[in-house]
Amino acid sequence: MPDPKHSGALLQDVVFRWIARAFAFLVLAILLAIIVSLIYGSLPAMQRFGFGFLVDSEWNPVTEKFGALVPIVGTLVTSTIALVIGVPVSFGIALFLTELSPPWLKRPLGTAIELLAAIPSIIYGMWGLFVLAPLFADHVQPWLIHTIGAAPIIGALFKLPPQGIGVFTAGFVLAIMVIPFIASVVRDVFEVVPPVLKESAYGIGCTTWEVVRNIVLPYTRVGVIGAIMLGLGRALGETMAVTFLIGNAHQLSASILAPGNSIASALANEFTEAVGDVYTSALIQLGLILFVITFVVLALAKLLLLQLAKGEGRRT
Amino acid sequence: MTLKHVFANVLVVALALLASAASAVDITGAGATFPYPIYAKWAEAYKAKTGVGMNYQSIGSGGGIKQIQNKTVDFGASDMPLKPEDLDKDGLLQFPTVIGGDVPVVNLEGVTAGQLKLTGPVLADIYLGKIVKWNDPAIVKLNPTLKLPDSEITVVHRSDGSGTTFIWVNYLSKMSPEWKQKVGEGTAVAWPTGVGGKGNEGVASYVQRVKGSIGYVEYAYALQNKMASVQLQNRDGNFVTPSAETFKAAAAGADWSKVPGYYLVLTDQPGKNAWPVSGATFILMYKSQPKPEKAREVLKFFDWAYFRMRSRDRSRTPGSPRLKTLPASRSIRP
Repeated sequence: MPDPKHSGALLQDVVFRWIARAFAFLVLAILLAIIVSLIYGSLPAMQRFGFGFLVDSEWNPVTEKFGALVPIVGTLVTSTIALVIGVPVSFGIALFLTELSPPWLKRPLGTAIELLAAIPSIIYGMWGLFVLAPLFADHVQPWLIHTIGAAPIIGALFKLPPQGIGVFTAGFVLAIMVIPFIASVVRDVFEVVPPVLKESAYGIGCTTWEVVRNIVLPYTRVGVIGAIMLGLGRALGETMAVTFLIGNAHQLSASILAPGNSIASALANEFTEAVGDVYTSALIQLGLILFVITFVVLALAKLLLLQLAKGEGRRT
Repeated sequence: MTLKHVFANVLVVALALLASAASAVDITGAGATFPYPIYAKWAEAYKAKTGVGMNYQSIGSGGGIKQIQNKTVDFGASDMPLKPEDLDKDGLLQFPTVIGGDVPVVNLEGVTAGQLKLTGPVLADIYLGKIVKWNDPAIVKLNPTLKLPDSEITVVHRSDGSGTTFIWVNYLSKMSPEWKQKVGEGTAVAWPTGVGGKGNEGVASYVQRVKGSIGYVEYAYALQNKMASVQLQNRDGNFVTPSAETFKAAAAGADWSKVPGYYLVLTDQPGKNAWPVSGATFILMYKSQPKPEKAREVLKFFDWAYFRMRSRDRSRTPGSPRLKTLPASRSIRP
């Protein structure tokens, strides 16, 4: 006869195990359900446009001819701009906080950065539209057009009259939005570098830059890449702030100052008013493409990490 | 009083509210955002008078059409009238309720409301991207006294599908064969140029932010934001400013009795003072009703609203257009 108290505990354990397992599998089930319903919803558009959907830049609700090239390019370009601006700044912030800042400044600065992450994206969008866009149109963009715009090849990126609203402004606001994510994670991983490693490096006469370059960065590589991917994930899917600033025009332009469109913002703008099966289906397929892009980015990050791990193995 | 008591009281009040809400036969509708303010006002007054509530969700014209087709609401509302054949296909009927208009607005230094004059074909060329500068000869010719800058025109349009857009592009299609052939009409189109703002307020804020821009908004938004509206040449050749009077003049020229299913867009109507980009907003209902008592309530509501408008109207402007009785009630049967 087993001890009743003991069997009660056993039962509790079994129940607990099953509940935890169910929750874990629920995530998988939801993910699968989302993929299935996205594919099912985009079938009419797939049948109608095939792979041409990915490379066609036309988006015409009147003739019901849809191509996803403009939103795909817009999503990738805004995210790239966000990372190009955001990553160096985030690194600077994280390095200052871990290596250079006087101790009394660390806490208020760190908190301020985390607060930045808590601001809802619509606030960034409105701030961008009311404050940043006029500033860009009057001062920053004319300057860019006259300096970089006059250069050969790369100059094509900075043409067109300055409107303040466009791919570049959207990317810039995205950069501000991803900075707190990247900076706070990078700071956390920088802080786990064993002090003894850094002290030894300083001890043999390394400068701060050399310590960062040769000790901190190699030690924290995995975490740093993870932080950048986190930022990229936010940039790819960001909707409200981008909708406010990107100009929402289905046009392809060489200039990054021109208005464009992103997948998330096209969905937010057009889904409620999409009339007809093909239009709705084309929008759902856009959602599927965003899903695939995010998946590919995550997979690439994972591959990169594996590659790095292999290299480390060889060196020792 | 303890906290527990407070909670208990709140709960009782909440339950009482729920009960009272459920007791009356409330009617539900969804659709166009443009008439939402007036529907909401009517609903409030009607509820106070009859106890019947009207729950209207302003989700947009396209959404309104979808909801009534899915039969989740008692009536749908759309700024774009459905074609007679589409109405017949779904067994729907439509009737107009409110008349309004689109207003072109500009952001040009030194130009205030009503100063700039444009014609339909010039407007179409601007939206086609063929006229790109404010000092284009075509614009200067219409405005010899205004000092127009040598700057680029930034075209602003809606980024979401909208009845406001439908009225706008319907007008441009009538004004320019090239627009009709290249772009066409609908609640959303493939814009040849420009930037898109979400909603009337999105377009309004873009036009206010971007120097040298032109956009179109529903009249109320132009008024609210004190924007520089444009005079347009109407079919009779007169330049008119947008106002309730010129919208009415456009409706006066329209003959509703001759069009099947009230399929009539009020753009480019004849009349000395007619505003050329006017439009009506419509109610969509099923002809054959599974729940006749609900349909009766909906019709009673709009009957009351028509009567209220008519009695107010008569006191202000005699001889203005009116719909005599709610014509739809005759063709709806249980």
